[in-house]
Amino acid sequence: MTDTAQIPDSVHEQGEYNFAYLDEQTKRMIRRAILKGIAIPGYQVPFASREMPMPYGWGTGGVQVTAAILGKSDCLKMIDQGSDDTTNAVSLRGFFEKTAGVRTTCETAEATIIQTRHRIPEKTLREDQILVFQVPIPEPLRYLEPRETETRKMHALEDYGLMHVKLYEDIAKNGHIATTYAYPVKVNDRYVMDPSPTPKFDNPKIDRMAALQLYGAGREKRIYAIPPYTKVKSLDFEDYPFEIQQFDKPCGLCGAENVYLDEVILDDKGGRMFVCSDSDYCEERRADGHLGPMAADPAAARVGNTKTGETVR
Amino acid sequence: MYVAVKGGEKAIRNAHKLTAKRRRGDTSVPALTLEQIAQQLAHSVARVMGEGSLYDETLAALAIKQARGDLIEAAFLMRAYRTTLPRFGYSTPVDTGAMLVERRISATYKDLPGGQVLGPTFDYSHRLLDFALAAEDDGAEQPVEMAENDDQAMPRVTDLLGDEGLMEPDPVSDEETPVGDLTREPLSFPADRDLRLQNLARGDEGFLLALAYSTQRGYGRTHPFAGEIRYGEIEVEFFAEELGFAVTLGTIKVTECQMVNQFAGSAQAAPTFTRGYGLVFGQAERKAMSMSMVDRSLRWQELGEEPMAPAQDVEFVLSHSDNIQATGFVEHLKLPHYVDFQAELDLVRRMRAEWFEKRQQQEQGEAAPEAAQ
Amino acid sequence: MTATQETQHSQAMTPLAAGFHDPVHDAQACFRAVMNAMARPGTRQSLDTAGLKPPAPLTPVAAALALTLFDYDTPVWLDKPLMTSEAVKAFLRFHTGAPIVSEPVEAAFALVANPGQMIPLASFNQGSAEYPDRSATVILLGQDFAAAQTATPAVTLTGPGIQDSTTFPVGPVPPVFWEQVTANSRQFPRGIDLIFAGTAGIAALPRSTRILPTEV
Repeated sequence: MTDTAQIPDSVHEQGEYNFAYLDEQTKRMIRRAILKGIAIPGYQVPFASREMPMPYGWGTGGVQVTAAILGKSDCLKMIDQGSDDTTNAVSLRGFFEKTAGVRTTCETAEATIIQTRHRIPEKTLREDQILVFQVPIPEPLRYLEPRETETRKMHALEDYGLMHVKLYEDIAKNGHIATTYAYPVKVNDRYVMDPSPTPKFDNPKIDRMAALQLYGAGREKRIYAIPPYTKVKSLDFEDYPFEIQQFDKPCGLCGAENVYLDEVILDDKGGRMFVCSDSDYCEERRADGHLGPMAADPAAARVGNTKTGETVR
Repeated sequence: MYVAVKGGEKAIRNAHKLTAKRRRGDTSVPALTLEQIAQQLAHSVARVMGEGSLYDETLAALAIKQARGDLIEAAFLMRAYRTTLPRFGYSTPVDTGAMLVERRISATYKDLPGGQVLGPTFDYSHRLLDFALAAEDDGAEQPVEMAENDDQAMPRVTDLLGDEGLMEPDPVSDEETPVGDLTREPLSFPADRDLRLQNLARGDEGFLLALAYSTQRGYGRTHPFAGEIRYGEIEVEFFAEELGFAVTLGTIKVTECQMVNQFAGSAQAAPTFTRGYGLVFGQAERKAMSMSMVDRSLRWQELGEEPMAPAQDVEFVLSHSDNIQATGFVEHLKLPHYVDFQAELDLVRRMRAEWFEKRQQQEQGEAAPEAAQ
Repeated sequence: MTATQETQHSQAMTPLAAGFHDPVHDAQACFRAVMNAMARPGTRQSLDTAGLKPPAPLTPVAAALALTLFDYDTPVWLDKPLMTSEAVKAFLRFHTGAPIVSEPVEAAFALVANPGQMIPLASFNQGSAEYPDRSATVILLGQDFAAAQTATPAVTLTGPGIQDSTTFPVGPVPPVFWEQVTANSRQFPRGIDLIFAGTAGIAALPRSTRILPTEV
């Protein structure tokens, strides 16, 4: 056998670590879990999550999913709280720049893979994009029933009575469903799923989204997925229909309405402004000439300058 | 301020530079060497190897130095390094009966074959600060009188009990069902004892200590006797397929604890003592003892006991024992959460507005009849 | 087979065919095609097999799938034409390390070189209600996605990954195949996932897809 398996050692061409850090066996294991997740929308697939060089709870699930799907020609966007510039987004983006050498971007439209924590971009995502969520607690029933053995049975039997009771008790006690983020959804009329701690404002975006959604929970060792155009219904009651948060004012910087806003405290005398949580969306609008009511305010000026030379590339 | 959550690589880079500077401290003081740490902080090294799940004293010393003495952070560095290593296979089961013993005590017998060997221990020391150690050079080596080791065999206490049929037999390993490995397969419940022991061996010393203590105070009592605690060197062997026999890879230091606990028995089986088992890297008796007590508590189902305490709850114990997972998730609360907080702020403001509105209506309702009069 | 026979046989064999030229990036590209296929049931995803020349009846596309998805953690079942080829088994064992099993129900993946004679889908592991992810993925070789050339009429699909509905021309498949697929999707979340391997592309049919009755 002369011609056997001439495998070039491309692993080490990358340097110390394999492309995107994970070894190929780990990638295969994660890829198989992703395929099962896609085939069973909303079901949490157990996977042998690895210890990563960042702490559990800091995006290890999302990082493993991204590392398993990422290719040379991908363009990666990394956001946390809607912004490319938050500390952990910067850190995780740097991780992939270092270990995979892929192109990164802050522009939603340019990205082929977007890894996110706590937000979904305002701009409608396309079929050729993939949204990867970092998930802390993947089990929507966990706060109601801490035992995995029990919640697994509930999912198997499609027994979600406990969740409805909880939401109903909220209404009885507070007059509202007191869940404002990680708001439970039902995927394709079957599995109740935690959409990760995004504000419920973003729930309508995951319903019939054109992009594939992948969810990774590293510490809890679960991967789940929502294929494109899948029906995703936020749980509610006939007399208390699901509704999202409405902001009274537009974005102070770009004037955008119907977007999620961050409240920024400007001084200790009650001065505050509301600005887009999606920093790329806000900047693009301002570049297009949209001006919000506070755009000229000197106090607001330092808020708006999110992109420093340091992080633009 | 808003600026504070703005990352920027520069800020992160500078923070890490400052950490390195603080780690080094005053440069007029000599830097720690890995040898100093490995030799003189052996208990720290043992803990980091055990909870980091990687036996390498030099790497553990490096991790401790890099982590500025934060042992959980050091164990995390070991774990993250460990996952990048290629895996060649699994060793054959180690034989602690063949241990080159440095310390061996039994609380269940006054004397026994091989004798009681006190070895290095804090036990029976008076916990008085030794100011002589404060001197930079803490003196020449003191001569220590060591007992002659005349190669007397040191059988395990549990084996002695087992010979008489008084101890439940050790489970026999089975070729058909390989030992589980929770680093390769996600843990699912109910977990078998192999996976439970692996989890406990990697678990946080403080967590296991508290659980073990709780069983002594009545939360799932198991009536333990320290049958034997032994510490020393054992050989690790690997079965080489191509050679057809096992080769020695090297030696490691371990602490083994076998707790002898109250009986089990039934109409079919005569009463025997039951075991709790602990095995950890290095000299780490507190951890080995805690592990053996928690192991025994987790066996309630197989031994026909009633579950009533946290230390018996397999899912609770195994899900929360790993301090790398625990510290990651607790500390992740440092990450920005302002998007979710905004959602909560909005809801609380709305609920407060509704509350005040309701109260105002009530007050108006009460005031109206008075006005009518 | 004795050791001597094994040696004689391997001497008679042509040299073991090569695996991926670039294992890291070829596997990644192949996986993305599979992922897109699974996420968009019934769509054809093109796949560059990068010069793979596996022993027949294994096809280049099926070989790429095997190299991408199989390893020592995934028991693989082969249908008769593949199982009787020592060259195919040697190729799979050498490049993937996957154990080859004789019982369909033990397999994580199945490779079917002669789909017309395929055993019923119900023969494979369907997963459990609590762990539906433990079911098998079945890969059908020699598939043709050009509607005119398939003997069976195109079926119409709906479900997750499909905007409204889509027609899916594919073949060859066994006679009562679509009835089996319909029954498979009815037991959701349990069920088999299917990958159709053509000459330069693939398509997939996860258990979540429903087959609509075709209008005549």
